[in-house]
Amino acid sequence: MPATGLPIAADRLPGAAPAFLAAVEPARLREACEQARARGARLVALWGSDETVRGAGFALHVALASSEGLLWLAVPLAREHPRYPGIADLFPAANRKQRAAYDLVGIHADENPDHRKWLRHGAWPGGTFPLRKDFDPARRFPLAEDRYPFVRVEGEGVHEIPVGPVHAGTIEPGHFRFSIVGEKILRLEERLGYKHKGIEKRFESMTLDEGARLAGRVSGDSTVAFAWAYAMAVESACDAAPPPRAAALRGCLLELERIANHLGDLGYLGNDVALAFGFFQFWRLKEDLLRVNARAFGHRYLMDTVVPGGVARDLSTGAAAEILTALDRIEPEVRRLRAIYDEHAGVQDRFMTTGEVTPALAAKLGLTGLAGRASGLRRDLRVDHPVAPYDTLGVRLAAADAGDVAARAAVRFEELFESARLLRLLLRGLPDGPTRVPLAPPAAGRRGIGWVEGWRGEVLIALDTAAEGRIHRLHPHDPSWQNWPLLERAVLGNIVPDFPLINKSFNLSYAGQDL
Amino acid sequence: MYQLLKQIAKVGVVTEPAPAPDEALRAIAQRLDEVVLKHFGRALAIRHVDAGSCNGCELEIHATNSPYYNLERLGIKFVASPRHADMLLVTGPVSRNMETALKRTYDATPDPKLVVAIGDCGCDGGVFGESYASCGRVSNVIPVDVAVPGCPPTPVAIMQGILTALTARRA
Repeated sequence: MPATGLPIAADRLPGAAPAFLAAVEPARLREACEQARARGARLVALWGSDETVRGAGFALHVALASSEGLLWLAVPLAREHPRYPGIADLFPAANRKQRAAYDLVGIHADENPDHRKWLRHGAWPGGTFPLRKDFDPARRFPLAEDRYPFVRVEGEGVHEIPVGPVHAGTIEPGHFRFSIVGEKILRLEERLGYKHKGIEKRFESMTLDEGARLAGRVSGDSTVAFAWAYAMAVESACDAAPPPRAAALRGCLLELERIANHLGDLGYLGNDVALAFGFFQFWRLKEDLLRVNARAFGHRYLMDTVVPGGVARDLSTGAAAEILTALDRIEPEVRRLRAIYDEHAGVQDRFMTTGEVTPALAAKLGLTGLAGRASGLRRDLRVDHPVAPYDTLGVRLAAADAGDVAARAAVRFEELFESARLLRLLLRGLPDGPTRVPLAPPAAGRRGIGWVEGWRGEVLIALDTAAEGRIHRLHPHDPSWQNWPLLERAVLGNIVPDFPLINKSFNLSYAGQDL
Repeated sequence: MYQLLKQIAKVGVVTEPAPAPDEALRAIAQRLDEVVLKHFGRALAIRHVDAGSCNGCELEIHATNSPYYNLERLGIKFVASPRHADMLLVTGPVSRNMETALKRTYDATPDPKLVVAIGDCGCDGGVFGESYASCGRVSNVIPVDVAVPGCPPTPVAIMQGILTALTARRA
């Protein structure tokens, strides 16, 4: 079924997510992207694939979000010297993704403003591409030195502070290169990819059933969002739908994940402005919720609960009641703590005007998810493209315009309360019936899309199947890809000691972008 | 300020008893002298290194500092530099992009030192295994005293692993 509102003719993919697939020749890629952008589309993800085992060359894939849904552009590229016209000038978030697509698949973006490597450090040599089908996943190259030319800022009194990859706190590894004058940040350059552990290659050795467990570990703090996106993509490829009870339970799981993460972040935001009280109070509440999760679903972080076809565990009436009781206890406490944060001069002094991203800059560079909503970008898949169970819940979007740490904290508070409301609606109206349907393995070459608003932002899984229920190519996308470059901008003009606070207010995933 | 103090008073102390060590977690025989362990046991400094995890284990390490577990009451605290540390708490399969950084961190930690590997990935590579980009288990890269399985291990299991590494009993 072709869709009419899209810039080019595209076919609707089966499945819950409103996703459309179109083949585009490289020469027409920029035109399609320009037209999509003129209609307000934004870049979600970009990745490459090796199609030589299918008798073709390589391919570039671009996922754009439009008012109609997700538009997946598949661009066939030559077998020899695969290249395409870059789109980083149209969508700045494409910059790092184009570099990653080169590192992994060896497809080259012309006119990219930046051709430095991104995910490749010293573990495999340039000119060798792990996601090519003739690359042996077990092959170990000798570790080479990682040479990476950082941009140097020069001038009187300017000096550099290199931080990481091993950080001072319990944080994921990454390198930050600050150029500063006095305490003021003139420039921040991020170098990520330290956690690259070959997730996409690993998927290609797995069956669709086995892949669910790996998908739930792309970014552990978003395990439900990734597992749901994975299940949605597999169901899309199989043209199947989960039963209504499973859909409702998935909604419960995703909102429980959102509340747990927001509680943790709100605690750390207090901690990072020297209000240890905030850390202890919020982490007590988070722990209460994790224990309820463990009793209700058998896992504190709800891992391996969402599976293709439905959910792996049903929820007993008693456990549903326990979640409701926990919410009735936690929510009033969070409201009290919010009042304490709001009235605490020290907290507000540190939160307000710190790490600002203006709505104009956020829109231009493609900020997404929670951080985007704190910079005035009123987008939430649960509102814009609601799939079951959100289609009947009337999700209320939380947003702010200031784009500072205070705004990102405020959006978390609002979303937490909304999640509690949604959970009450879902748990009180849980439909009866089965929680999982069996899925027949799809034929080779079936495409599937999973698109889920996780706590951090939109998580995307794009799937292309191989024969016998295996995976030809799977690209998991974390919203951190879009938001990391904005962190570089958010810190400008701030003082170095505010960096941990600003970083925490975004709380981006390293694992999710390093893959 | 009144509301803040009222909240503290109302909540009170929620800290639960610490778990006992579990010898089953020990990967290699105790390397350290009893005298050293006695000192460590009263004031242990830990440097956490994420060598490539999915970040699930980090969530539970954070939780060990929450009021229910309150690791610091046992004299165990996290420090900002390996040079101040007695123990490395390492998560993840070791990505090859973190191999050098992990070795350097180990070398920068003064002797005598202990290493506790956290999580299924730290124990055996987990769902990521070994590949062109992953070295697999932590002990493939640096010596490991105690390995705590789980995906992720609970805060109690993590505390148990740390306390096991501190016990003088030889496995």
